[in-house]
Amino acid sequence: MSHQIKKTIELKASIEKVWEALTDYKKFGEWFQVELESPFVVGEATQGVSTHPECQMKWYAIVKEIKPMTLFSYVWPQDESRDESSFTRVEFRLEESETGTSLTMTESGFDRIPEDIRKECLRRNEGGWVEQMKNIENYVSGL
Amino acid sequence: MSAAYKFTVKQTALCADRFAALGDSTRLSLVTQLADGQSRSISTLTEGANLTRQGVTKHLRVLEEASIVKKAKVGRESLYEIDVEAFEDLNSYLNYLSSRWDQTLSRLKDFVEE
Repeated sequence: MSHQIKKTIELKASIEKVWEALTDYKKFGEWFQVELESPFVVGEATQGVSTHPECQMKWYAIVKEIKPMTLFSYVWPQDESRDESSFTRVEFRLEESETGTSLTMTESGFDRIPEDIRKECLRRNEGGWVEQMKNIENYVSGL
Repeated sequence: MSAAYKFTVKQTALCADRFAALGDSTRLSLVTQLADGQSRSISTLTEGANLTRQGVTKHLRVLEEASIVKKAKVGRESLYEIDVEAFEDLNSYLNYLSSRWDQTLSRLKDFVEE
């Protein structure tokens, strides 16, 4: 079973422009919908908050590779854990194509997410629905 | 958002879509009707909503796409219920993340191609 997600898209834009959109933290934030506090630096953490109007969730990643016009990668958690051994890895690979840029995103390492975290998610999801509906109702009515 | 309410892993990943889907009083009332875990037909749900059957069907489709409700066919009737199993295993979690990436990368596409 493949524990990874792989996506390739063709972008009608120069490789330089795509590279900027990926690695300039402000530009990244625009399309990823996250307000990041600091630039991407290899080996360092960048964090921020989602800019989705109804969901201010945290964003956290540690940059692994920045190889200009070729590869940008980071690792990030699936929950609020800061234990890097359970992080998944996100990789963006760029290649020039006839029409612009071919971008391949791969997220891997899901097999490393500990079983107990998965179970915990499931347990809370199952038990919490009615309660969650209540929370959502309170939230929406408070708008 | 209530500070006392802490999202779990998957809820965090899900909340943007779900809040968007639930940010509508009609859909919220449909979900509230289904919150007891029982499945209901479109007709039953229409009775409890101030809308046409067609309108209810449209809203149910939005909720279905956000994996908030799921549909089961019983004879000629469609029954809806809260979808609590959608994220039960890693595969469905990966499928969910995969569709999130589709959306995210499509925003990147719009961003660089504009």
